[in-house]
Amino acid sequence: MSPRHAKHLLSIDDLTADDIHHLLELTDHMVEINHRPIPKVPALRGKNVVSLFFEDSTRTRTSFDTAAKRLSADTMNFAVSSSSVNKGESLRDTIETISAMGVDAFVIRHKSSGVPGLITRWTDASIVNAGDGWHQHPTQALLDCYTIRTRLNRRDGFDGLRIAIVGDIKHSRVARSDVQAFAALGAHVTLVAPPTLLPPALHDWPVAVSHDLDSLLPDLDVLYLLRVQRERMDDALLPSMHEYSAMYGLTAARAARLAPHALVMHPGPMNRGVEIVVDPADLPGSAILDQVTNGVAVRMAVLFSLLGTGGDLRSETLS
Amino acid sequence: MTPPAAGRVVISGGTLLDQAGERAGDVAIEDGYIVEVGTGLTGGQLLDATGCVVSPGFVDLHVHLREPGKEEAETIETGSRGAALGGFTAVVAMPNTDPAQDSVAVVQFVRAQGERAGLCEVLPSGCITVGRAGERLAPFGELAAAGVRIFTDDGNGVQDAQLMRRALEYAGPLGITLAQHCETASLTKGAVMHEGSCCSRLGLPGWPALAEELMLFRDIELVRITGVPMHFLHLSTARSVALVRAAKAEGLAITAEATPHHFSLTDEELSGYDAVFKVNPPLRTPADIAAIKAGLADGTIDAIATDHAPHAPHTKEVPLDQAPSGMLGLETALGVCLAELDMSLVDIVAALSWKPAAIAGVADRHGRPIAVGEPANLTVFDRNVEWTVKPEQLASKSRNTPYVGRRLRGKVRHTVFNGIPVVVDGTATR
Repeated sequence: MSPRHAKHLLSIDDLTADDIHHLLELTDHMVEINHRPIPKVPALRGKNVVSLFFEDSTRTRTSFDTAAKRLSADTMNFAVSSSSVNKGESLRDTIETISAMGVDAFVIRHKSSGVPGLITRWTDASIVNAGDGWHQHPTQALLDCYTIRTRLNRRDGFDGLRIAIVGDIKHSRVARSDVQAFAALGAHVTLVAPPTLLPPALHDWPVAVSHDLDSLLPDLDVLYLLRVQRERMDDALLPSMHEYSAMYGLTAARAARLAPHALVMHPGPMNRGVEIVVDPADLPGSAILDQVTNGVAVRMAVLFSLLGTGGDLRSETLS
Repeated sequence: MTPPAAGRVVISGGTLLDQAGERAGDVAIEDGYIVEVGTGLTGGQLLDATGCVVSPGFVDLHVHLREPGKEEAETIETGSRGAALGGFTAVVAMPNTDPAQDSVAVVQFVRAQGERAGLCEVLPSGCITVGRAGERLAPFGELAAAGVRIFTDDGNGVQDAQLMRRALEYAGPLGITLAQHCETASLTKGAVMHEGSCCSRLGLPGWPALAEELMLFRDIELVRITGVPMHFLHLSTARSVALVRAAKAEGLAITAEATPHHFSLTDEELSGYDAVFKVNPPLRTPADIAAIKAGLADGTIDAIATDHAPHAPHTKEVPLDQAPSGMLGLETALGVCLAELDMSLVDIVAALSWKPAAIAGVADRHGRPIAVGEPANLTVFDRNVEWTVKPEQLASKSRNTPYVGRRLRGKVRHTVFNGIPVVVDGTATR
């Protein structure tokens, strides 16, 4: 499917490499808009974009909100905790009720995998997955791709690029999305984690697996760190955060072994002292704030591709 | 028991199929019993069986009728109607009702509701532990005296090995059968679907095959040391089939069942996150399906049971991890079996009728040969007709069939329960 004609963005799995390239090129236009003195265009004027966050998130919600406003969409925000929905109104009733007010797109964050796809049954609006359970976070993967593409000057793809994703892969929607996107663009992806933090079956994933971060460091182009949560110790997945940090954390010693051009990335929020022991401000290769900045432009591109006219991108809607 | 019908019923023009094989013949029924088997029989109510198979009624070892406690999902009457339409003349009602079937009062209520509906024989199971909580033994003796033959905490496995050992020892002299839902709970915390490549991709917590096999292995060893028979519910993995096969080869007194969904659907069905496909134990892999089919074909698995588990529609329209487990099965069982199983018809009917009848302790009245003097619990079905499942046409109060839109082969035309035609031409008469 072509994202320009797709109705929803649920998973990177639904996109071809060409689709991803197309969205990244569209993001270039959005970056240009964001650099204008008045970073706002009328592209989505009259469109109603509703953010429904059933799980707390500051950065993703704000990023989508900013993106929609820069395209002149009307925006509504509902911060719905799952528990309040459980007590009363069902998910289906919530969606049908808000849809009845006239909605062009829902931006959905939910702690349960698969919810954005379920919601497509109950509304005619476009659905943008802003993170569902352990499953997918497609705009994170797109902004990560855009960041790598820009910082490493890889407009034509990631062929030959060596990317390590380190941390709690098993519970990570970011990892699932990034693996698919990076591999689609041609990168060589290695997952680095203790076996307890890997998904149970990886044989059909386009990745290599390692438990030895140190041996990989000098050859990496991108070191992608994931957040590791303390609750993982309760399920006997990790002995201690200290041990995790010692084996898999980015220490100053490890940072020193990275190639000069290598990027350090993190989807945030960071667990300082756990997966990242150095101050990222001290890392020349840190792309962590670029990721946040690019998030707005990527989400503008996604919203425009789903809700825009789909015509010439240089038409007046973007000018 | 429902009072038998006084009138004469003749099933005419079909092929009779039972333990003795297949032959053409008519069957005449009076007062609940078969009075004539032959050709050219007439008189009374005529049930046309032309082109159909006439077999002993089916017996389902595993249904959830939801009453008492969840009547919005199913009642004993609606579930019995679904059973009759599926060709079942007896069903074993699982004890995870509210209150649970751990007392004589609840068990008698379930049986009485079944008799009131009069569509099939409802055989209440009893709990192994009080409230299915896995802590104290349920009153096996009192419940056995009240006619309960199958005991299970289905929905939960009995986790405590010492408790399970004591349960078997205590059950021994009572002549009852303990049935296990094999699930080692510490391995399935929060589990939503089969642990494998599909759950890895979908980002859902996995239910490993090991969780079933570990408890199955433990219980096989408990049967070995106690000598008390056990039945294993809804086995779903290739290794489980191998464990049962090996144990039977050693002569251990165990029986096992498999569900139609576990030999017809895989975990890939969950790819759309549709909770209709969430079931416990979960849908597994093509290799597991092949092993279950082989187990049915060689008799390792004795019986086909549906694990009919109705859930009200709104409870399934939720995120997968919040949805209850279970799917409908009674009205689709035969159609799935005939569409999927590469077995002789007599072997399929054996697994649906007289083999489960023996396990349920009702072989005196269900799954009987078609012969003069036998109780008239019979199913008449067209083995070749293809049909498409439409949820709105099911008798169940719920709609959670995983076979929506799917082509099945084989459909029940008439069901005779205690001599009464409770299903005629695919329609329930009561």
